[in-house]
Amino acid sequence: MPSTLPFWILKNSARSGIAALQGGKRLYSRWASNGNEARWRLFSHLPGTRKSSVPCSGFALQKASRHTSTEEDDFQLQLSPQQVNEVLRAGESAHKILDLVSGVPNSVLRFESNQLAANSPVEDRRGIATCLQTNGLMFGIFDGHGGHACAQAVSERLFYYVAVSLMSQQTLERMEGAVESMKPLLPILHWLKRPGDSIYKDVTSVHLDHLRVYWQELLDLHMEMGLNIKEALTHSFQRLDSDISLEVQAPLEDEMTRNLSLQVAFSGATACMAHVDGVHLHVANAGDCRAILGVQEDNGMWSCLPLTSDHNAWNPAELSRLKREHPESEDRTVIVDHRLLGVLMPCRAFGDVQLKWSKELQHSVLERGFDTEALNIYQFTPPHYYTPPYLTAKPEVTYHRLRPQDKFLVLASDGLWDVLGNEEVVRLVVEHLAEAGRHKPDLAQRPANLGLMQSLLLQRKAQGLHAADQNAATRLIRHAIGTNEYGEMEPERLTAMLTLPEDLARMYRDDITVTVVYFNSDSIDAYYRGG
Amino acid sequence: YIRTGSVFLAQTQDRLISLKRINSRLNVIGIPSEIISPKKVAELHPLLNVHDLVGAMHVPEDAVVSSADVALALASAASQNGVQIYDRTSVLHVMVKKGQVTGVETDKGQIECQYFVNCAGQWAYELGLSNEEPVSIPLHACEHFYLLTRPLETPLQSNTPTIVDADGRIYIRNWQGGILSGGFEKNPKPIFTEGKNQLEIQNLQEDWDHFEPLLSSLLRRMPDLETLEILKLVNCPETFTPDMRCIMGESPSVRGYFVLAGMNSAGLSFGGGAGRYLAEWMVHGSPSENIWELDLKRFGALQSSRTFLRHRVMEVMPLLYDLKVPRWDFQTGRQLRTSPLYDRLDAQGARWMEKHGFERPKYFVPPDKDLLALEQSKTFYKPDWFEIVESEVKCCKEAVCVIDMSSFTKFEITSTGDQALEVLQYLFSNDLDVPVGHIVHTGMLNQGGGYENDCSVARLSKRSFFMISPTDQQVHCWAWLKKHMPEDSNLLLEDVTWKYTALNLIGPRAVDVLSELSYAPMTPDHFPSLFCKEMSVGYANGIRVMSMTHTGEPGFMLYIPIEYALHVYNEVMSVGQKYGIRNAGYYALRSLRIEKFFAFWGQDLNTLTTPLECGRESRVKLEKGMDFIGRDALLQQKQNGVYKRLTMFILDDHDTDLDLWPWWGEPIYRNGQYAGKTTSSAYSYTLERHVCLGFVHNFSEDTGEEQVVTADFINRGEYEIDIAGHRFQAKAKLYPVTSLFTHKRRKEDVELSDLHGK
Repeated sequence: MPSTLPFWILKNSARSGIAALQGGKRLYSRWASNGNEARWRLFSHLPGTRKSSVPCSGFALQKASRHTSTEEDDFQLQLSPQQVNEVLRAGESAHKILDLVSGVPNSVLRFESNQLAANSPVEDRRGIATCLQTNGLMFGIFDGHGGHACAQAVSERLFYYVAVSLMSQQTLERMEGAVESMKPLLPILHWLKRPGDSIYKDVTSVHLDHLRVYWQELLDLHMEMGLNIKEALTHSFQRLDSDISLEVQAPLEDEMTRNLSLQVAFSGATACMAHVDGVHLHVANAGDCRAILGVQEDNGMWSCLPLTSDHNAWNPAELSRLKREHPESEDRTVIVDHRLLGVLMPCRAFGDVQLKWSKELQHSVLERGFDTEALNIYQFTPPHYYTPPYLTAKPEVTYHRLRPQDKFLVLASDGLWDVLGNEEVVRLVVEHLAEAGRHKPDLAQRPANLGLMQSLLLQRKAQGLHAADQNAATRLIRHAIGTNEYGEMEPERLTAMLTLPEDLARMYRDDITVTVVYFNSDSIDAYYRGG
Repeated sequence: YIRTGSVFLAQTQDRLISLKRINSRLNVIGIPSEIISPKKVAELHPLLNVHDLVGAMHVPEDAVVSSADVALALASAASQNGVQIYDRTSVLHVMVKKGQVTGVETDKGQIECQYFVNCAGQWAYELGLSNEEPVSIPLHACEHFYLLTRPLETPLQSNTPTIVDADGRIYIRNWQGGILSGGFEKNPKPIFTEGKNQLEIQNLQEDWDHFEPLLSSLLRRMPDLETLEILKLVNCPETFTPDMRCIMGESPSVRGYFVLAGMNSAGLSFGGGAGRYLAEWMVHGSPSENIWELDLKRFGALQSSRTFLRHRVMEVMPLLYDLKVPRWDFQTGRQLRTSPLYDRLDAQGARWMEKHGFERPKYFVPPDKDLLALEQSKTFYKPDWFEIVESEVKCCKEAVCVIDMSSFTKFEITSTGDQALEVLQYLFSNDLDVPVGHIVHTGMLNQGGGYENDCSVARLSKRSFFMISPTDQQVHCWAWLKKHMPEDSNLLLEDVTWKYTALNLIGPRAVDVLSELSYAPMTPDHFPSLFCKEMSVGYANGIRVMSMTHTGEPGFMLYIPIEYALHVYNEVMSVGQKYGIRNAGYYALRSLRIEKFFAFWGQDLNTLTTPLECGRESRVKLEKGMDFIGRDALLQQKQNGVYKRLTMFILDDHDTDLDLWPWWGEPIYRNGQYAGKTTSSAYSYTLERHVCLGFVHNFSEDTGEEQVVTADFINRGEYEIDIAGHRFQAKAKLYPVTSLFTHKRRKEDVELSDLHGK
């Protein structure tokens, strides 16, 4: 059966899969029993095998695939283009922002989003919501590791923290008053895209309590206007992370709740969220998700403006931050093999208390009789664990004042950025915009006559454009997994990537989540002209 | 409304033939129309490009109405007559008690009613399913696009004729000085498969790419429109049914539940007539015309699968403008019901047609024939299967053929006492109190004496009967029986259609094959015609053998419990080899039955034809000692005479190789005067002539009133059949041609005389 795998997979597996293959069969079996923990480098104690294993990687894969695919028939590589589209489009969602904000057209025109899983279940989350008590639209991408629990929790809760942080004193008082008198709470958020099915329904009351404690503290600060956005984002990230960490330490009666909070705290998630209010764009990032702006200069040229920096070992600023925060003696051990303590790729994240708590705290919590195996919790102490915390959820917040030339924002998990560069992403979205523009000749604005319309349609037909993706996020994902090493789209590769059996998929690609937000240049322009 | 007239264009000769056929039919029902030359077309419409046309049909009195205005006018007229209209009210479900509609549950409360009409258009399917006892209304919506433009520089005259360019798949008409043009594309987009979906409604957008072929077709037809400004492209879903005909009538399961839906994009044109028939149906219990083709009961639950509907309407919608040639078959939604022999027959070259979801063989392509060419032929002339069917017919006449006829509807009626006999005596016009083992051909008549069903009933024992009816009677006949059976009697009615595979052994050597397989004497003395016996065939026991073939040829029907089907078939084929046995299909059967003047329910017979009108007096026992449904009407008709008569026509000067073939619906002329239409036709390989069946009326020359038709009237006429505008001389016969039977043994004559009287 391995013969049905195309040659390029064998040849090209070095990119992401190689790490998993190094250990061969023995490691793989261990890996499987622990769940798909690809972000965690469990086999880091085998450094140096990389070079020697490359020549035999094809062989190793053969073994692995034999070993893992219980039914060899699973390898069905004959998906029709239609089926490929269906698979790709399954996670699509799109929304047009129609409502006016106090009579002014919203600066966000619409967004398109999509997600393709490699982990099973998928560990990425995304959320999109409007704040109801303040103006503002929030977009978030959450990339979980070591399970999806933390990403799920953060994606559900973070926006509430942000929304509360932004509320004026007056609103907070109304909220507090409502809770005290058992009246219904003011609605805080309107979800445009929910972050998946909540498994936390039973524990939302606990979450609400914590949120309330947070706003009570904010009330005590006696700030008339609430926090500014930058502060709000920073506080919200850190506050939520500390709540996650405290919830599992606090004695909880309900076993279900306790187990869940443990899973959340012992898994991790990076987060990247954007807050748009009129022309004010804030991006808060912790980890290696990324947000970029697509900018069209007056001369028509497109460029890319990154709004985040990846928090990982390749970021000199992060390296020096880590070295600053820990004693000099640890300079060599904080980052090993491009991973935090040789274990974790991103150096900021929610959860992951293994890298935040002291050893003693970890033990005392876990000794309370959790069935860590059943909960799928990976408990370990990394080498050189001297001065925790090593990991933080404090975000880096960027402010950008939107200009008419800022056309779109792309937020995506590292699954996309691993394979596509910033410029490439902008180029693909621009191509998509150009096609969509051609796709629907705007009759209201430029009355076309039948003849022109026909020639336009015939042209489009000749180019076969109408088969393209309607959703820019889908297009990005298609290219991310379907582009070969020469940067060309390869349908066979795309098909093969999508037909990988569940247990192999993670070796060749990561979960990919993409949200593309389009700005309304006209309304941004109007904002500047109106002062 | 505005009378604009309409012009139907033909780009090909075949299209012109089909227009000519329609033209001759329109003319006899009093709608003026004519076939015109391309030059004349150009005069009628200034913008048309006529260079690629071969002709057209002009219907000068066609008119254009606005559907919104019509609906409003109807609504206000209804209100004036006391009808209450609730708008913005949605029906949740229909309330039913004891199989009878009692009211409607709406989102604003309940409304009590006796009758409910489901005319919810594309939502009718869903609404039907919302009932506790679901009413299956098979229809499905497709997106339908039409284009609106701004006015021309010199706006089109309001009386500009409407153009239908079916070969270009488009229609074009004047719309406020500009044009309205849409069409039925080859690749329709089905919608609402999963029911009413808000998201899909919101997403109904213009799809210019999808419209491009139609736009190109429009600009080819009217090149001057290139500079015309677009107003918008409208996306307005239309509903389609599995057979391109609308659905109306009463539900077979819920009394008082009527349906009128699935207009296949012709709602406005047909609405008026359909409404009238439905009203008659509700008031009088039946409509004044035969509309079996539209009856909801022609469908069963088996056509109700969403997948089936979705696939089928994708074929139906383009078919609206496709060229329809005789004997086309649907390609989608096939192989649903099959006989256990399907694969065996298919491997032997069977070509299939479908009826009520059941696959039936048309004919068997010999191994040496080019299969592909055969499948693609579409013609109004002699079809390329002519020789294939000829050899099958010849084999039926001289040796023996086997036809798989499993699709027929089969019911078993049993009772503890004499109830079964009593009920059946009341339902059927013939006398069923026959000795056990006899088969009776009989009609199931309505109050007017018309055929609700035409079937063969075998008396299996004193208290049980086996009833064979046409395939598409499965729902209708069941409903009719249920409606007329006393509710609390110890009657057991069972649909055993699926339990038996039916093989028809036709031909003089059938008797040899069977006797060799059963070691039982099969001679006419032991097994007379129209007899039913359970016997063994090969190893299989309990096979119901009936000495009849539905064609008038000698032979036997074998009703085989399905698990024995393959065995019996194999045995028959291997033993039959030395008698020259071969497979045959329904085309051969059709040729055989029509040349023997065997009328068929659903084609020749319908609810408005009585046994007396088709020469079947012998199948009616008026004096069988008890009343039966339709008896009074028949008695009266016997006294007064009939107003129409099924007649067999043999085309005299028709050249089978060169002339257009008859199909059905061709006008019949008697002494130059219109006298009726044909109902079916076939080529008789024995007579070497075409045979048409059709009803002859006697319209008064002065008033057009219908007068009594006597045998003398038929015999004294000179007849012509109009095929697409060309009239062919025809000999009229009231009884089968006797020369067909002279070479047969006397016993077969008995069967036939029994079948047809005299």
